[in-house]
Amino acid sequence: MAAAQSWSIYDRRLAWALAAPAAILLAVLLVAPVLMMAVYTFYTFVTAGVESATLTLDNWKEFLTDSYYHGFLWKTMRVGAITAIVSAVLGYFPAYFIWATTFRHKWLLLLLLIVPFWISFTIRTFSWIHILGEQGLINVTLLKLGVIDQPLTMLYTEGAVIMGLTHFLLPYMILNVYVSLESIDRTLISAAQSMGCTSAQAFREVTLPLSLPGLAAGLLLCFVLAAGSYVTPQLLGSGRDALFGNLIYDTIMGELNWPMGATLSIVLFVVLGFFAAIYTRYMGMSQIVKGLGG
Amino acid sequence: MMASTQMPRPVPAGVSSLATGVRGGTEGPAVEFRNIDIAYGKFVAVRDFSLAIDKGSFVTLLGPSGCGKTTILRAIAGLVGISAGEISIGGRRIDGIPIYKRNIGLVFQNYALFPHKTVFDNVAFGLKYRNVPKPEIRQRVTEALEMVRLPGSEKKLPSQLSGGQQQRIALARAIVFQPEVLLLDEPLSALDANMREEMRVEIKKIQKATGITALFVTHDQDEALAMSDRIVVMNSGVMEQTGTPHAVYEQPETRFVASFLGKANLLSGTMTGVAGGRATVELPDARKVTVATDASPAKGAAVTLVLRPQKLAVGAPAGADLVGTVTSASYLGSSVLYEIDSGGSVLHAANLIEGRPFEEGETVGISLPASGVVLLDADGRRLR
Repeated sequence: MAAAQSWSIYDRRLAWALAAPAAILLAVLLVAPVLMMAVYTFYTFVTAGVESATLTLDNWKEFLTDSYYHGFLWKTMRVGAITAIVSAVLGYFPAYFIWATTFRHKWLLLLLLIVPFWISFTIRTFSWIHILGEQGLINVTLLKLGVIDQPLTMLYTEGAVIMGLTHFLLPYMILNVYVSLESIDRTLISAAQSMGCTSAQAFREVTLPLSLPGLAAGLLLCFVLAAGSYVTPQLLGSGRDALFGNLIYDTIMGELNWPMGATLSIVLFVVLGFFAAIYTRYMGMSQIVKGLGG
Repeated sequence: MMASTQMPRPVPAGVSSLATGVRGGTEGPAVEFRNIDIAYGKFVAVRDFSLAIDKGSFVTLLGPSGCGKTTILRAIAGLVGISAGEISIGGRRIDGIPIYKRNIGLVFQNYALFPHKTVFDNVAFGLKYRNVPKPEIRQRVTEALEMVRLPGSEKKLPSQLSGGQQQRIALARAIVFQPEVLLLDEPLSALDANMREEMRVEIKKIQKATGITALFVTHDQDEALAMSDRIVVMNSGVMEQTGTPHAVYEQPETRFVASFLGKANLLSGTMTGVAGGRATVELPDARKVTVATDASPAKGAAVTLVLRPQKLAVGAPAGADLVGTVTSASYLGSSVLYEIDSGGSVLHAANLIEGRPFEEGETVGISLPASGVVLLDADGRRLR
């Protein structure tokens, strides 16, 4: 833009006019509610369902001093991180395969990644109950085969939650990695090989480092979506496996403590926003946008 | 799938055999292709290609896109497989061995520098995989960067360099480990015109200084003429002609070579007589011209005269071989380009300026060269 002194590729007013509908929607439906929630964190909780507009720091004090909340926050971060890492490890290979294959109908493979999105996320999550449950597919099969004589406890564990989240997030990871692989100039690999690299060495020297931005974008996306999840731990976890999202739900819908619920919401918002900001600072948000665009 | 039985294949006219390709050296050629075929599925990209490249020479594969020149280069590099024949480097057969063991330097059209590595790491790459000790790597990288006139750029990333600088780094990276052959795949075509000419000279200088054997691929005839010790002209997967730039330009063996390499006026006619190194050709409009040629075709044969624009002298109509009207005159300072309508065919002439240039509409005479006019037969092959 700096160089375009004498002419401009777009009309400034037109740009504003085109951006306005989206900007207004974002302001009304996202920014304003978040600000309202932020204000709510300073309200006083009177009793279930009742709060007064008397400003107080009690909610923040409670959050900062009560280790109950810290435990939930830590667990949420941990589950989010494990899910992201498991998705990365499992997702890199299919992404690499789709990129490297000489199969002529590559689009079909990419389409397969999107097929799960055709079924409701909640139904997909429910289906795990029939697989992992005490009367589920795995236990019944193993019992019939005589491998075990007591059903295994798989459902309602942290493992089940992580698996459910991984199942949900894997396509995002694969698409992100695939897009960054696709942007690698393949002559770089030929160049590395011509200078003496085996295929494996060329992968380590060229392909892997150049696909890291996509991997990092996938990690961030999976982490944020997993740490902010609510449905999966609700359906596949026990009370102990609840994540921060479930805590917020309980505080607001169970205890009817809106000020504390608002405080916890803002905490999660800030923590996840912090990770996204760090990522944007070092990687650029465009990578995620590319990944989501497929 | 091609030629599973090795039958002796007819050598097309005008293609020199392997023996003539080697210029007198006692040691074997640096690179040798023996009857290679390269097929992609059913499409045969290169057919029966044989070539021997002398050690230290600069050989150019020249041809239009799709002629198979890049495919041949990729075959030496090991990026495509050959379906028949043999390739050897320094007498060692390499068509079966993987790319990373071939010891070749590759320079790509798009530079192909590793964007995530510094200039130093890019240039040091090949040395690292040859287990060269670190102090020596540092020294050789420094030398290579001095050679491409970019000393001190070790810590930069490729994105901080201009296109020309990136291509210099790519060149340094390809020669630093002293490969047996340097392969250049249209390395100048991504550069702008000024930079291209500068790099042309530079590449040639570095190649001479290092004595490395170079195989250069281009579709640009000027590059080929300016840089090569030898040019190999390719068309549709087949070698059309090979020789020094001068020989290929002055004595094209085929109609394709004549028209692809530089501008040429191609005048068709019928032989009416040959005597004492001079052939008389009757043009379609019944005019007769007599040219000096080494060829002696039979009377009545259909021939095509190959006349380079620089060899047509434009002057006064009296006593000239052909007479015509100037339809266009482009004044270029040192020379002038004429388009002359002569008996219905347009002739191009490029003349150095002596006195006043002719103007459009003027009637001029054209004198044909005094010696060595190439005649092509009806199949477009050079007559002897």
